Amino acid sequence: MVIKIPKLHSMIFLVAMPLLIFLTSLCIGRYPIPLQTVIAILVSKILPTHSEFPKIMETVIFQVRLPRVVAGALVGASLALSGASFQGLFRNPLVSAQILGVTSGAGFGAAIAILLSGEPVLTQVSAFAFGIIAVGLAYLISRTYRSPSTLTLVLAGIIIGALFSALTSLVKYVADPYERLPSIAFWLMGSLSMISIGDVFWMLPPIILGATVLMLIRWRINILSMGEEEAQALGVNVERLKLTIVACSTLMTAAAVSVSGIVGWVGLVIPHIGRMLVGPDHKVLLPASIAIGSSYLMIVDDIARTLTVSEIPLGILTAIVGAPFFAYLMRKRMVGWR
Amino acid sequence: MRLDVKDATFAYKGNEYVFEGLTFSVREGDLLSILGPNGCGKTTLVKCLCGMLDLKEGEILLNGKDIRSLKTIDIAKNIGYIAQEHDPTFPYTVLEVVLMGRAPHLGWFSLPSEKDIKIAEEALELVGISHLKNRPYTEISGGERQLTLIARFLAQQPKILLMDEPTSHLDLKNRIFILETARKFADDGFCVIMTTHLPNQALNYSNRIILMGKEKAIAVGSVEEVMTEENLSKAYGVDIRILSVNDQDGNEMRLCIPVKCGKGVVWDDA
Repeated sequence: MVIKIPKLHSMIFLVAMPLLIFLTSLCIGRYPIPLQTVIAILVSKILPTHSEFPKIMETVIFQVRLPRVVAGALVGASLALSGASFQGLFRNPLVSAQILGVTSGAGFGAAIAILLSGEPVLTQVSAFAFGIIAVGLAYLISRTYRSPSTLTLVLAGIIIGALFSALTSLVKYVADPYERLPSIAFWLMGSLSMISIGDVFWMLPPIILGATVLMLIRWRINILSMGEEEAQALGVNVERLKLTIVACSTLMTAAAVSVSGIVGWVGLVIPHIGRMLVGPDHKVLLPASIAIGSSYLMIVDDIARTLTVSEIPLGILTAIVGAPFFAYLMRKRMVGWR
Repeated sequence: MRLDVKDATFAYKGNEYVFEGLTFSVREGDLLSILGPNGCGKTTLVKCLCGMLDLKEGEILLNGKDIRSLKTIDIAKNIGYIAQEHDPTFPYTVLEVVLMGRAPHLGWFSLPSEKDIKIAEEALELVGISHLKNRPYTEISGGERQLTLIARFLAQQPKILLMDEPTSHLDLKNRIFILETARKFADDGFCVIMTTHLPNQALNYSNRIILMGKEKAIAVGSVEEVMTEENLSKAYGVDIRILSVNDQDGNEMRLCIPVKCGKGVVWDDA
């Protein structure tokens, strides 16, 4: 079932919603700031204004909340966009970018870096690199098969995912249980609590690159989702298109996960909500996934940092919220495929 | 526009030939039926013709150029392919599916324009399913789906139409409609190639036929040359008679009937 919303309305909704949530997220926290002050502080950075506000508010906004909210939006948008692209590529609404092992690889990369050094920058670089290495390996393995197809790619992804999960367990097993092991465990649960403005700048280039290319080729994902032979008969260079989608999605997911740790369920659930709102056409589904994914993760992160006195790991919350919601959608037959 | 096949031989592995030394050519105005029993390699031949599979020996020339030297996109500008099995995953609307036919005419980074949408809508109009435009492709009947794919072919604007068992999942009325559409396309100057395992379809709608048996094509040529009782019996492994009947207007129609123990067998055919 697709909820019919007039086209223009859903467009306004999809632009206004993330903006509104973005501003609201800047307001809430242990030190609440009124909306007009938030807007005044943001505007004061661009235009010279005479508005008066306490210096501490400016610090809270720019040093603490803004990096975190922007990172949340970027991570949510990346995971949702790559999930929607992968569901089209694999013609399967039950996959997300994780299927090719990018998160398992990133998890291992982070774990080994925490074990060996504990330096946050190194952890990030290592997670990013191993995420990409894992998918690269999966792709190479699938190419060794006599007739490579998306199915062999998925199988290779599962193999690589299992391998890196085992390696991560090995790292945890040998890690010092009082210091390093908890760090690894927390990283794997995902969190945005340690975010800095530098992290945002670090994740921007790969995410913008991947997102731009995916948005440019988004209509072609429709054709690929009709089946490889069908796409070839319609003049599409299937191998090149597949590789482009895999490369862009992996780049984005690896960059996102290297900063946030492992955050599940976003890439799986958000595209379904997108299809409910705007239909299955990737031409509109991809922009919609960006809007919904960023909104969703900003909200979940707001909950993570405000619900209890101590932080709740983000990855736990996305699953706790995402899994029942997905079950609800399935029960209501609102999950749009077939 | 012409398609020439010279000494085509194909094997999935080693020396297990699917077909061997096949030579024929088709041009605009032709309706070529590739006829034969199940498993004789009809689909394989069709996939070779649109460049999805490579021949082991021989060559396929599209307007005189070897198909292996052509890019996927250039083949798609000349040949439209409608597969037999189609398993849709996402509920795209009929219009969105027809629009996909515009892919060979659009660059990598472009979206379909107003002009492309207009071409797709005209194609829907031509096959008479404009009213289905906004319906999900997954929820229409098999016949309507086949028509959608034919509209997509029209939007793609190639000259050669390849259809693999276009009538296999259709009821009687839809079968006739699809076959008559194929005939009309050939009369309008397209070159239509379709596979079928039903001799009567080939007999009554096409002007050229390839009759395939296991391992080897049994006959290639005009309907009169190919459709003999001897050839058909050899291809299908049962005795087949060709009867001549007149319809209500006195036009001659021919019918193939398998015969067993002196009795005609009812044949599921349109």
